Amino acid sequence: MDPNLLKQLNVERAARQACAVVIDLADGRDRLVKKADSSAVQGPLGVAVQVALRSGKSSIFETEGRYFFINAHVPALRIVVIGAVHISQALVQIARAVGYSIEIIDPRTAFATAERFPDVDLHAEWPEDYLKNHPLDAYTAMVAVTHDPKIDDTALIEALIANCLYVGALGSRKTHEKRVERLIAAGVSAPAIERIASPIGLDIGAASPGEIAVAIMAQIIEALRRHDGA
Amino acid sequence: MDMLDPLIYAEKWMLEGKEVVIATVIKTWGSAPRPVGSHLAICEDGTFEGSVSGGCVEGAVIEEASEVMKSGQPKTLEFGVADETAWRVGLSCGGRIEIYLERVG
Repeated sequence: MDPNLLKQLNVERAARQACAVVIDLADGRDRLVKKADSSAVQGPLGVAVQVALRSGKSSIFETEGRYFFINAHVPALRIVVIGAVHISQALVQIARAVGYSIEIIDPRTAFATAERFPDVDLHAEWPEDYLKNHPLDAYTAMVAVTHDPKIDDTALIEALIANCLYVGALGSRKTHEKRVERLIAAGVSAPAIERIASPIGLDIGAASPGEIAVAIMAQIIEALRRHDGA
Repeated sequence: MDMLDPLIYAEKWMLEGKEVVIATVIKTWGSAPRPVGSHLAICEDGTFEGSVSGGCVEGAVIEEASEVMKSGQPKTLEFGVADETAWRVGLSCGGRIEIYLERVG
């Protein structure tokens, strides 16, 4: 591996930018392809690189008798939860078991306490302030569960703009109807609003906070693993 | 970023002026313990980070790495349970894996 490639690869990964290392298995020559530049790789290999970057799956690719290894480096899933509520407490434990990083944001200091969330990446801040320094991206799942439009709405709008891979919002159908009205008034497009999972979570009849957290996590996993529509 | 990240270690060792080999799982058949793309970084002083299996073949990979470190020639290794002709070390899970070794620099 080229030393500069290794350096550049680590820079891209630290910045949560998707990229692929393509190795010619015949002579060991390698190159780094950033997602933004992936259209520069010509022909079938270029198509294979783009597929790998979308799916995050690495594999050997054969074209015209030549073998290339495409190693897709896509950022690890990050879950941002708006609301330090009972569901979030359960979600933290499930996220740990699944191996996803999770951040909890809630400006209400009565909710966002270290006692309620021990050893958790917890921030008693308004979402708009927090997200300014911790921007969302396409490899982030947004879960808004405060029930309070003042807190949830901006985070949801930010998540849709950032094209987060999952955007879920707690609330009954009626609550969601009102939310849709507010988002339209805020200038969010109809297809974008369609992306919000609400009522939140897979429909498994979840009732308790722990069960709802399971339903939310299952929906996030589905969004991650089936995002190519397969 | 995860401090157990083998590629971070590989860069660190490289910047310290040490020889480094990166091993990568490039193909798997059946049940394999680590997915394609997983890395094991090996330093000339014998230190290593990451994994290419559940620990079953790391020893053999590290041994092979010293040769790649000297020659600079990349090499592909294959490990499987029933494959007597390839390597003595097998995968207890019944899978087969192909591992690509390359020197940094």
